[in-house]
Amino acid sequence: MNLLKNFALSLVGATLVVGLWALVSTTISKDLPSPIKTWTESKVYILQPFDKRGEMDQGILRMAAYSLYRVAKGFLLAILIGTPLGFLLGNSLLLSKMFDPVIQILRPISPLAWLPLGLILFRQSEPAALFTIALCSMWPTVINTMQGVRSIPQDYLNVATVLRLSPWRRFTKVLLPATLPYMFTGYRLSLGLAWLVIVAAEMLTGTPGVGGFLWQEYNSLIYSHILLCILTIGLVGFALDRLMGIAETRLRAA
Amino acid sequence: MTMTTQRPLEITSLTKVFPTPSGPHVAVKDFRALIQPGEFVSLLGHSGCGKSTVLAIVAGLSSASEGGVIVDGKEIEGPGLERALVFQTPSLLPWMTALDNVLLAVSQAHPALGHREQKAMASKYLDMVGLTEYANQRPTELSQGTQQRVAIARAFSLEPRFLLLDEPFGALDSITRRELQDLLLDLWEQDRKTVLMVTHDVDEALYLSDRIILMTDGPESRVGLELEITLPRPRSAEGSLDHPDYFRLRREVLQFLEHHSKQFSSGGHAGHSNKKSSAVVV
Ligand SMILES: Nc1ncnc2c1ncn2[C@@H]1O[C@H](COP(=O)(O)OP(=O)(O)O)[C@@H](O)[C@H]1O
Ligand SMILES: [Mg+2]
Repeated sequence: MNLLKNFALSLVGATLVVGLWALVSTTISKDLPSPIKTWTESKVYILQPFDKRGEMDQGILRMAAYSLYRVAKGFLLAILIGTPLGFLLGNSLLLSKMFDPVIQILRPISPLAWLPLGLILFRQSEPAALFTIALCSMWPTVINTMQGVRSIPQDYLNVATVLRLSPWRRFTKVLLPATLPYMFTGYRLSLGLAWLVIVAAEMLTGTPGVGGFLWQEYNSLIYSHILLCILTIGLVGFALDRLMGIAETRLRAA
Repeated sequence: MTMTTQRPLEITSLTKVFPTPSGPHVAVKDFRALIQPGEFVSLLGHSGCGKSTVLAIVAGLSSASEGGVIVDGKEIEGPGLERALVFQTPSLLPWMTALDNVLLAVSQAHPALGHREQKAMASKYLDMVGLTEYANQRPTELSQGTQQRVAIARAFSLEPRFLLLDEPFGALDSITRRELQDLLLDLWEQDRKTVLMVTHDVDEALYLSDRIILMTDGPESRVGLELEITLPRPRSAEGSLDHPDYFRLRREVLQFLEHHSKQFSSGGHAGHSNKKSSAVVV
């Protein structure tokens, strides 16, 4: 019952926003395509979502899949580097004192700043995009993992000590399971960031994907497709966050 | 178990200094004790006097500032599986079942056994504390008392020679506490491990121990009084509580806790001797 009511309320909210969009597009900003125009000009992409008509002319879900694949690789790179780094910093006060300021400085740097550096370093757009996604999205993983390691109850560590667990068993039997919920919170935030970065990465590298498509259509002055991309990015991001949320609750319940 | 060849556990003029923002804090100073093989000794004193500090050092979780702990003629260097520790909170790993918590200990103490034998052994110890049907439950699904049973099973599954307990029943309601005290007595009667138990419950100490070591209040806390508990064994709630010695001993402990602890910590140990009782002035 409550679920239905909430769903109805979200529909009302969405309708109001679309209404506002329609209003703005017919009054203040004539360049902004109206919702109807957006639909008629984009429906090929939506109704044949997996079609491939050309390099930069593909169904929207096909584009999204390219982007997702790229994000997945960057995200994987981020957590493969970020998780051990978090454990290291969480375990050593010395290291964390050394690197905390560096992390605080690196964290707010925009993907638009990293990308050119990536292009210089790798001379190719694909690795540069991955480099950017990983560098921008790994910080929540590092910070949450570190926090998780630091919040392990002393009791558990004492158990590991009096049972004389080897460093490896101490890690797999105590540290890792105790930190897992924190790690997952980090992963969820990191994935959100990775998705946020994808557009910037694809725009500047001109690779196929929602971001690349968005940039191409901007250059071809087909504004309705920009809106299509924006909506797709939002919906996919929302779905990703929900999926990670479900995984996270599963994990906490287990 | 060959008790006869074992040597006592010795705590030699142990001192522990904690660095604090307001300077070094001498929690325990010159604490000495000798615990005979098979003896059940309680460490009793007011809250904050340094009982846990002493026990943690014996367990090897913390190191002494001066003095040390001698086991089998050698000074200990950190924890050892021959010394099992039961904490005040059950301290079970919540992501493992009751059985797996015990199994972790078994696999540490008996690495040479196959997985199946280790599992059988862990089950055996869970059975011993009456938790056969709780084997596959997670600690969060168990009551505090049941969790502490698992913790006791875990400690015994190490087949240790020394059992160290830090207020193991302090967080339990009185009925559960009594049950677990009887369980501990039962298990102890089976092979009479050497036990050092910290408690601030006078009746618990009297009921379980062969000897009570009373600590003076901190800082610089030390041994204030040692009492042999001469109540006959095996003990039971009815029999032991009605024993005439029980009230005499209880009064002596309470008197110490009420009147002497402060005096002992500042004025040394002179002058206290009670010929009627088995009190030993240290
Ligand atoms: N890590 C520590 N740092 C500073 N002071 C401590 C620390 N651990 C214990 N103390 C102090 O040492 C004294 C003895 O503590 P503890 O051994 O826990 O007492 P008890 O177990 O008898 O209640 C207390 O005054 C306590 O505040
Ligand atoms: Mg204590």
